[in-house]
Amino acid sequence: MARIIVVTSGKGGVGKTTTSAAIAMGLAKKGHKTAVIDFDVGLRNLDLVLGCERRVVYDFVNVINNEANLNQALIKDKRCNQLYILPASQTRDKDALTKEGVGKVLEELSKTFKYIVCDSPAGIERGANLAMYFADDAFVVTNPEVSSVRDSDRMLGILSSKSKRAELGEDPIKEYLLLSRYDPKRVKLGAMLSVEDVQDILSLHLLGVIPESQSVLSASNAGEPIILDETSDAGQAYADIVDRYLGEDKPHRFIDEEKKGLFGRLFRS
Amino acid sequence: MSLLDYFKTTKPNSAKVAKERLQILVAHERNVRNQPSYLPALQQELLKVIQKYIKVDQDAISVNFDSDDEQETLELNIVLPEHTNN
Repeated sequence: MARIIVVTSGKGGVGKTTTSAAIAMGLAKKGHKTAVIDFDVGLRNLDLVLGCERRVVYDFVNVINNEANLNQALIKDKRCNQLYILPASQTRDKDALTKEGVGKVLEELSKTFKYIVCDSPAGIERGANLAMYFADDAFVVTNPEVSSVRDSDRMLGILSSKSKRAELGEDPIKEYLLLSRYDPKRVKLGAMLSVEDVQDILSLHLLGVIPESQSVLSASNAGEPIILDETSDAGQAYADIVDRYLGEDKPHRFIDEEKKGLFGRLFRS
Repeated sequence: MSLLDYFKTTKPNSAKVAKERLQILVAHERNVRNQPSYLPALQQELLKVIQKYIKVDQDAISVNFDSDDEQETLELNIVLPEHTNN
């Protein structure tokens, strides 16, 4: 049985797709067979962030509509043979995803995959609802910023009331906080919400803090999931997140400002 | 701006403001989320009944629903108009 993870946030532009690509690659690199699904029908981008945009033939909606089978639609990653991508369709038909269809695809994937990562679209409409409906775990990606925190709380309400687990009265979805685009320097100046502030408000288990980093843009420019950039702080943050999710006890990093010595200050780029 | 200003640390702490605003808002929204769906209708009907006897405004009445593990509480709050000599 696969474990289904939804990467969600409510608000757009906080780093859902970056996170989905990173953690799916991270889990796959650990040797777990992982599928990552783009639920953003009409606005697919996961393929681009993972660098397989030119290899898309069939998509999620084709599989749901029986126009292709799963094996035809799944794209095998060229860097890691344990990672498979199911791209979203570019159709404008917002109703293309159905609960039955999504459930059927997830059930079939569950037979052979260890982890299924569902990259949720922004908002609280059909795509977002279906991305979280079947989930076992939720990675709530939040920026230390008022609108993102509020929307995350709204998502938490939906996760606890509208999911399959909630409807069937099963154990609730396990919710984790991923605080991204964090800038310790601004937190220190009192110009940005701190990790503690966000946790006080959302009361979520913190899986990791991802620092604001130039390397995230460079990685998406190149179609390389950021986790593969082992020299970048954001890449390391995602690697820690994957380890913690898999049960390793790793101390949190990137919360406090890195102390720069005289040389660091002189040669700061 | 004088040179002294550079040494002052009286900059308003905007993160603190953000946290306070969010705490109030999130608490309110969570409360609304857990409310039964009949609440707005109930509020309207109660208001009509009260207005039959007392001249009160729409916003003079508030209905709050609270629940914990133990019990559910429905709290009705009506602010009466200041006594005026008619």
